[in-house]
Amino acid sequence: MTYDLLDVQNLETRFKTPEGVVHAVNGVSFKLNEGETLGVVGESGCGKSVTMLSLLKLIPQPPGEIVAGKGFFKGDDLLAMDHNEIRKVRGGQIAMIFQDPMTSLNPVMTIGKQMEEPLKLHLGFNSTQARDRSIELLEQVGIPRAADRLKDYPHQYSGGMRQRVMIAMALACAPQILIADEPTTALDVTIQAQIVDLVIRLREELGMAIVWITHDLGVVASIAQRVAVMYGGYIIEEAPVKELFNNPRHPYTIGLIGSLPQIELEGRKRLYSIEGMPPMLYQKPRSCPFSPRCQWVRERCRQENPVLESVGNNHTVACWVDVTTGSEKA
Amino acid sequence: MTDNNDVIVSVKNLKMHFPILRGVIQRQVGSVRAVDGISFDIHRGETLGLVGESGCGKSTTGRTILQLYKPTEGRVFFQDKELNTLKAEEMRQMRKEVQMIFQDPYASLNPRMTIRDIVAEPLVAFGAIPGKEIDERVRELMSLVRLDPDFMARYPHEFSGGQRQRIGIARALANRPSFIVCDEPISALDVSIQAQVINLFEDLQKELDLTYLFIAHDLSMVRHISDRVAVMYLGIIVELADRNEIYRNPFHPYTQALLSAIPVADPAYYETHNRMVLEGDVPSPANPPSGCRFRTRCPIADEHCAVERPEFREVKPGHFVECFKVNLSEK
Repeated sequence: MTYDLLDVQNLETRFKTPEGVVHAVNGVSFKLNEGETLGVVGESGCGKSVTMLSLLKLIPQPPGEIVAGKGFFKGDDLLAMDHNEIRKVRGGQIAMIFQDPMTSLNPVMTIGKQMEEPLKLHLGFNSTQARDRSIELLEQVGIPRAADRLKDYPHQYSGGMRQRVMIAMALACAPQILIADEPTTALDVTIQAQIVDLVIRLREELGMAIVWITHDLGVVASIAQRVAVMYGGYIIEEAPVKELFNNPRHPYTIGLIGSLPQIELEGRKRLYSIEGMPPMLYQKPRSCPFSPRCQWVRERCRQENPVLESVGNNHTVACWVDVTTGSEKA
Repeated sequence: MTDNNDVIVSVKNLKMHFPILRGVIQRQVGSVRAVDGISFDIHRGETLGLVGESGCGKSTTGRTILQLYKPTEGRVFFQDKELNTLKAEEMRQMRKEVQMIFQDPYASLNPRMTIRDIVAEPLVAFGAIPGKEIDERVRELMSLVRLDPDFMARYPHEFSGGQRQRIGIARALANRPSFIVCDEPISALDVSIQAQVINLFEDLQKELDLTYLFIAHDLSMVRHISDRVAVMYLGIIVELADRNEIYRNPFHPYTQALLSAIPVADPAYYETHNRMVLEGDVPSPANPPSGCRFRTRCPIADEHCAVERPEFREVKPGHFVECFKVNLSEK
C-alpha cells in the first residue's frame, strides 16, 4: 500500500490565554508529496507556524491544545504518537529550521560541539566520525574553511552563516521533510537570496520535500511548487504556484497579490489595500473569517463558513463567491 | 511635481563615526564609520528613498540629518539654515519643521499615555496653540491619519500595529512640519497593512505638501513611493538616480545585485531571469576595506579598486555613481 508522504486532516489547535481561548488553527487539511515544495503563506497570527508546530507536537501543552485532527506521515499518525516515538521522527525524518538562528543555537557551545552531539546521540557516531560528518555538512551548506570554523562560537558567525549552520544540522540525519519556518525573514535581501539558492540546490541534491512557511509572496514564487494561503486559522486557497499567481480566486489572495508594488511597472499606481485587520480568533469563526474585510461579501458569507472546493487545475478555494463572474456560487 | 531648483535639504560630505571605547579609562581604540562621507540634496515636495541592508548606515544618516547625533564632519542645510551650527534652542525650534517617524510602532509610543496626550505632546511642548484648542487639533490630526477621533482617550495597547503607526504619524504632523524622515515605517507591519500605510503617506504628501526621506530595506516599496532613490553600502551612497532610471539602468554592481535579490511575486519571472547572488557578508564598518567599499564582494573589482576610493560622480544627468567601472557605452 502506498501512502502520501504527509497527509494532514482537519487539524485544530487552540491556546488558552488570560484573555480567552484563541482558536489558532481551525481545521487544516493538506497533503505533501515526496520531493515536493509546499509554500504556506499568510500574515502574522494566521496559524501557519502553529499548524506545523502542532504536527511535530512542538507547541507547549498547556497552554496549547491540539483539539482534533490527524497527521499521517507515511501512514503513521504523528499526533497519536507518544513522546519517544515523535522524538525519533523529529530531527530524523522530519527536520525543522526556524526564523531566528541566534536563539536556536547555544551561545556558550562551539558550533562543532553543537553539531557533533546529535550525530553521536542519534546516529551513534564516534568523535572522529562526528567531526568529519560535521565538516562535510558545513561544506555542503557553503561555509568556507569548515574545519577551522567548528571551533567558533555562534556569535562569531554572521546571521546568514548561522542560518546555514541550522540548515546543516537539520540535514544531518537526511530528513525526508524539511519544515522551514520563515528562515529568511530576519536576513537581508542579498543574504536571503543566498539561502534560497542554497535550499533549492540542496533540494535537488537530496530530494527532500519542503514546507516553506513565509509571509513573503516573492520568496514563495521563487521556491514553491504548490502554495497554500492561510487566513484566520484556515487554508483558504491552494494551488500550483503559477496557477495561484496568475489566477488567484480568493478575495484575500487577490488583495495580497494586489497590495504588492509591481517591480516591472514604470508609472505609479495606487496600491490596492485590504481595509481592516485580521481577526482576533477568540471565537472559532462560524462565518467566513475574511467577510468583514471582503469587497465581494454577500449575506451568505456572514452566515456560513465556506469550505475548500475545487475550481479545476488542482486549484481549491474556500469562498462563496466566484470572483471571475462576481456571482454567488450555487 | 519636483522643481529641481528648490532644494529643501542639502547634505555635504556628512560623516558620523561612533567611537569604540575600551578599558577602565574608556580609551578610544577605534571607530565605527557608520556614515563616511555622503552628499546629496532633497528637493521640496519629493520623496527620496534611501535603501540598503542592515548596518549600512541608512538610519544613522536620517538621524544625523536631524541632528539627533552630532555629525563627526560635514554640513547639513535645511532651507537656508545650517543645522549643525545651530544653538540648542534654535535647533529645538527647528524641530517643528523637521520630524521623524520610527520603525517600531510598539516601542515609540509611551504605553501609559493616552492617544490624546501622545499626539498633543509636541503641541504642548512648543506652546504652539492655546490649550483650549488642543483637543480640536488632536481630533483633526486623527482624522487626517484616518483614525476615529473618538478613540483619543484610549491607550496604545488597544490599537493594532498599523493603527499605532498612524498615531506616530499624527504626532509627527502635529506642528505642521515640512520635512519628515521616515525610518523603516512599514517594516514591522503585515503585508496587507503595509499598503494601507503607504497609501496614507502618499495622500498626506499631496494634502500637506510634505517632503520625505524614506528609509527602508524593501526595494520594491521604496521604488513605489520614491521620486529618486539612493542606495547605501557600508556608510556610503553608491548610487543615486531617478526611481525608474535606477531600476532600469543600475550602474553600480551592488545596486545590480540588490535589485536581482528582490523576491518577485511572479513564478514566471524565475524562469526567464537569472539571479546575481553576491558571495560573502558585509565587512565591518569599524574596519572597512581600503579603496572602494564594495570591492571585497564585487564581481568586477581589480587592483585599482583596492587603492583608491572612487569619486561620487554624475555619469548621466541626475544619475550619480561611486564606481570606477561605469561603462556608459554598454547601456
